[in-house]
Amino acid sequence: MVERYDVLIVGAGPAGLAAADAAAGHGLRVGLIDAQATQGGQVWRHDVRRAPTHAAVIAFEAVARHANIAWLERTQVIAAATDKLLVEQDGQSRCLHYGKLILACGARELLLPFPGWTLPGVLGAGGAQALVKQGWPVKGKRVVVAGSGPLLLAAAATLRKHGAIMLGIYEQTSAAQLTAFASRLWRWPARVAQAVALRTALAGVPYRAGAFVRAAYGDAQLRAAEVHIGKRTRRIDCDLLAVGYGLVPNVELAQLLGVALDERGRHPHIEVDEDQRTNLANMYAAGEVCGIGGRDVARIEGAIAGHATAGDAAAARALHPARRRARRFSALLETHFALDPRIRDLADADTIVCRCEDVPLSALNDYTDARAAKLATRCGMGACQGRICGTALAELDHFPRTGSRPPIFPARLATLADAGFASTTPT
Amino acid sequence: MSSTTKLVRVWVNGCSVDVPAGANVAAAIARVVPVFGHGVSGRARAPLCGMGVCFECRVRIDGADQQRACMTIARDGMRVQTTTEVRHG
Repeated sequence: MVERYDVLIVGAGPAGLAAADAAAGHGLRVGLIDAQATQGGQVWRHDVRRAPTHAAVIAFEAVARHANIAWLERTQVIAAATDKLLVEQDGQSRCLHYGKLILACGARELLLPFPGWTLPGVLGAGGAQALVKQGWPVKGKRVVVAGSGPLLLAAAATLRKHGAIMLGIYEQTSAAQLTAFASRLWRWPARVAQAVALRTALAGVPYRAGAFVRAAYGDAQLRAAEVHIGKRTRRIDCDLLAVGYGLVPNVELAQLLGVALDERGRHPHIEVDEDQRTNLANMYAAGEVCGIGGRDVARIEGAIAGHATAGDAAAARALHPARRRARRFSALLETHFALDPRIRDLADADTIVCRCEDVPLSALNDYTDARAAKLATRCGMGACQGRICGTALAELDHFPRTGSRPPIFPARLATLADAGFASTTPT
Repeated sequence: MSSTTKLVRVWVNGCSVDVPAGANVAAAIARVVPVFGHGVSGRARAPLCGMGVCFECRVRIDGADQQRACMTIARDGMRVQTTTEVRHG
């Protein structure tokens, strides 16, 4: 029996949930898939010890009300064609046929190499937040949070709520940029309220601008972080170091499908029109995959995409002004949290860049493109398929990432042998 | 953790550990050992991204190798083994 959906949505974060609600409201048969076990994406990730936020509950309930939405959890996309996806769920492969596809694949954290970053105890900032929400023990642990952007405060607040001893938050952007950012924030009252709530939750925790982590020390696990603050360097003993430099869109599935990307920046994002249409007739995209914009942008764009797939141009158009306003906030973030060039120079010759294959930076200096480097050094050939090192190398201006090929996530051989996808499996 | 939180019991390298219902396997492992596996040149590794992207948390779960601990919800009676041999690909 063919499993078929009018609209298939990849990603159940704010964009995917809003898209599902809108499309299902028009009576379409919707499939909503996510690799995680629960809905919410990263921003509304399920916290095993705390109730979800009000906004998340509203989004979950809106989707649950529609009998015509099939929720496919723990479902990973392996390969894709213009009318079907090959997915894996609990080790079983499935083929999902679709009329229209909405890519709401979200973003991942920008993780950059520095000496010691492979030590157990060094995590991403969003990574630490995600793990703690799912039960990672931090009670009584000494934690340093560093990197860039408002996510640092959110991560630190979550860690503290779960009992971590917050030693400090180190933001790489300058104090002048932070002040300029704060002075423009009044246009977004909800953001001001959010910022005030976070600062209250973090009362007493040092928050330093123009500061960044230079190195992590330890033998088999993290013991200390070396932090550069102003003109000085300080060594801070800690149990956990959470470092993240913002977010990058997850465009691998779009690349595989041949969806056009905007590649003007260091990290590509999907190009869409006013109604979230990509260059391909039956494909739409919403949220972070269209450029980092945050939760509010994602919800609006998801709803536009959902209405557009149903052909309700008026409902989609009614949301255009809200999206323009929300997108302006993300432009503000990009301006005021631009990366200090010194952070791109933190990795030394011996620092591992490709963590899957243990390739140090010195091995990559002779290469100007990702494919040549991969063939000669195995950089990007491991299980993460270059998601970490390829993205880092693009940020470090070594070379941009190459396009994706199936399988876009490691899969079982039995899945790859699926007859319907014989032509798209690698040879 | 509130007293009403339901717990599940999993086995990590033979040690029993209780985690809140809905917690992932990574959280259970972290309560037992700091190291999840070893990179190709033998250095200790543990989770980095927490969201299924970096593959640094791969362990054996109920006999199946290369499972991402951060993407797997802990269930009662689950048997988890961190890897001592060098991990490939």
